[in-house]
Amino acid sequence: MSITVNGRKQLELFQNVQQLLKHYGLENRIVVVEVNQEIVMKENYEMTSLSKGDVVEIVHFVGGG
Amino acid sequence: MNNRYARQSLFLGQNTQQRIQQAKVLIIGVGALGSASSEMLARAGIGHLTIVDRDYVEWSNLQRQQLYVETDVHHKLPKAIAAKQRLEQINSEIIVEGIVKDVHGLNIETLMQGHMIVVDATDNFETSLIINDAANKKGIPYIFGACVGSYGLTLPIVPGETPCLHCLLHHLPMDTMTCDTVGVISPIVQVTAAYQVTSVMKWLSGIPLEPIVQSVDLWKEEQAKIHVSKLKNPHCLTCGEQPIYPFLQLNQQMKVGVLCGRDAVQLRPGQSYKYSLEQIAENISKQVKHLIVNPYLLSCQFETYRIVFFEDGRAIIHGVSDPMLARVVYNQFIQIGGSGQRVQV
Ligand SMILES: [Zn+2]
Repeated sequence: MSITVNGRKQLELFQNVQQLLKHYGLENRIVVVEVNQEIVMKENYEMTSLSKGDVVEIVHFVGGG
Repeated sequence: MNNRYARQSLFLGQNTQQRIQQAKVLIIGVGALGSASSEMLARAGIGHLTIVDRDYVEWSNLQRQQLYVETDVHHKLPKAIAAKQRLEQINSEIIVEGIVKDVHGLNIETLMQGHMIVVDATDNFETSLIINDAANKKGIPYIFGACVGSYGLTLPIVPGETPCLHCLLHHLPMDTMTCDTVGVISPIVQVTAAYQVTSVMKWLSGIPLEPIVQSVDLWKEEQAKIHVSKLKNPHCLTCGEQPIYPFLQLNQQMKVGVLCGRDAVQLRPGQSYKYSLEQIAENISKQVKHLIVNPYLLSCQFETYRIVFFEDGRAIIHGVSDPMLARVVYNQFIQIGGSGQRVQV
């Protein structure tokens, strides 16, 4: 078991938030990221490491309607 | 008196039902999200619904824009007009105002005047930021919503309390983002609009709206819910201590914008005019094909382009993606049509 992202188990391992965003193709998008119910500011994406059991929520902004 | 609201009143209570029937709600954009939310709000009995949209009904809309039918496509009806007609069939006891207009920094405040809450159902981020500026300036709560693919998100914004849309941007979205030519399926439209309309009902019930950005991906079966009050930026140019509402500043130049994924360009003159469409139709009739004129717009095939020309001088030119070329085509068209056929408004 690894981390949970948006309610789903994510089995791959990611060192930090930045890498996780890259995996989802969201590194250049407008996003809000929360790790264990704490919002991570953009400047801290790289230094916020992820470990087993972490619960991550990511919302990205889109235009469309 | 009939009992059309009986089941809703049982849930919300008589007082809220009354507030709903006295409410004035503005829906900006009546494409997919706006169709869904305006139908729900009309059925709920919102006393006065104002819907604003710049576009007209096309075949590719019918898959998910629930207010429109095939005859609307044949008649090239502006969405705001077709939507008004349908909403009035659904509920004749309410007032529905349909406005055919492109929302921009100089008309948004007038459009918002007198409304209790605003639903953002536009298809582009640029307009959302204009709505966000005006809502914060006027102190009117505003429900952001957007969707593409099978993914949608919503965020209620209450001026003076919650962060605004601008607070949440750490950079301005690039054009490529709003011009993603990805598809969309209708279930996510319904879900996103459902969240927006629920927020409207809660607000009208007197329940405070929490700054929670909520997202769902129906296909991937993922969802997220983040409380964003921490992101309120005291220096925000829209909702901070010294706001300048940057997106309400708009110069008077002709504005040219490529329309996402449609091989089309929209041109909007900086000055608002009122053209006589019949007169233009007469002047151009020999040089164009497939000419259609209704009280709101004129549509025709001009050389290799399909031009849809609105009464206020705005035009959507299909078959071109280069803004420069679109300007040239527009100017040629106006010359033949006779720019003398207009008055400033
Ligand atoms: Zn702000």
